[in-house]
Amino acid sequence: MAAKTLTIDGTQVSAEEGATVLQVARDHGIEIPTLCHLEGVYDVGACRLCLVEVAGIAKLLPACTTKISEGMELKTNSERLQKYRRMTLELLFAERSHVCAVCVSNGHCELQTLAYSHGMEHVRYDYCFPKWKVDVTHRLFGMDHNRCILCARCVRVCWHIEGAGTKNVSGRGASANIINDLNQPWGQSDSCTECGKCVMSCPTGALFHKGSTVAEMVHDRDKLEFIVNAREKKQWIV
Amino acid sequence: MDRLKVATVWLGGCAGCHMSFLDLDEFLIELAGKIELVYSPVVDVKEYPENVDVCLIEGAVCNEDNLEILHKIRARTKVLVSFGDCAVTGNVPALRNKLGLHNVENILQRAYVENAQNNPAIPKADGIVPRLLERVTPVHEAVSVEYFLPGCPPPADRIKALMTQVLGGKEPKLEGANLKFG
Repeated sequence: MAAKTLTIDGTQVSAEEGATVLQVARDHGIEIPTLCHLEGVYDVGACRLCLVEVAGIAKLLPACTTKISEGMELKTNSERLQKYRRMTLELLFAERSHVCAVCVSNGHCELQTLAYSHGMEHVRYDYCFPKWKVDVTHRLFGMDHNRCILCARCVRVCWHIEGAGTKNVSGRGASANIINDLNQPWGQSDSCTECGKCVMSCPTGALFHKGSTVAEMVHDRDKLEFIVNAREKKQWIV
Repeated sequence: MDRLKVATVWLGGCAGCHMSFLDLDEFLIELAGKIELVYSPVVDVKEYPENVDVCLIEGAVCNEDNLEILHKIRARTKVLVSFGDCAVTGNVPALRNKLGLHNVENILQRAYVENAQNNPAIPKADGIVPRLLERVTPVHEAVSVEYFLPGCPPPADRIKALMTQVLGGKEPKLEGANLKFG
């Protein structure tokens, strides 16, 4: 495959055609924050945290779904980007009800970590307080829609790693939400294999093991990494 | 130089932030030499004084009393610090906002009537029991706030970091894990 040469934050790099901006940046030790991106499943550009500036294009583009091109000039951490990333994080917090103090994922949450590492000491927007339900009908797992950021990681691992296709996104905009099968209670889903990959993939406390209480929910992400590694590299390394 | 006039106030919160403040241990002694604590739940002063330099505000804005004293505090204080997650985000007290427009009636009914074993009745005493606001808000939605000190509660080290910066005449700036909610 042809190599492409591009500039990231003033450094010239070359990478194979077809790679995404995110892959190339990470390969060269340039960290771009992500939330919906998950190694092993395709990217959807849902969270907008990985937005980058591309010279000559007025819009900001998500690094995870933008392919590199010859002569591309990228900025990954400008003041403008920092401003938008902080704004995105604040909007995520304002849109549903993220109450870290009483959350199962307190201390193990990617949203919480990104917020403080981006200097979000408060949210400037009014909180929406939408009325979302908690589905605890499943034997093993629960889903609290109040903590969901609609990253669709659970949908992607369910379809493309487990191959069950239980989880889907229903609705649009602020009323979008994660459903099981034909919008049934999780416990009545015929297709769910109870594999728990959705719970492992969740960046927040939206999906959790039943019985876990505040700060107890650890996502066992290494189990997912093991499967992805085995599938992509044919290496079964624990 | 005059000692810094510091106040702390407790709105709709659990007092955990104040407990964490007391957890400053020997730093409290150092602090006592450098500040004058002019108003606080741990000081017997009834009226919020004039010309306060810094006020740490614990708790969300839940009732009419909270709102009234907050406006008084803003008018009489140079620097306001939202102290802990309830003040910064609304946190647990604000969860009732989810119940919609009639959340006040609903939660009072639930707490004082449905779950009451003796004398079920919603407390009503004008001028004594402050009325709940329809919507609980973080402090900065009610008045302007200079600095934010998140945490539920903010650990003593975090409070110390902020107070040290304030006492050193620096612009307080917390970073990284010192800004962690929860």
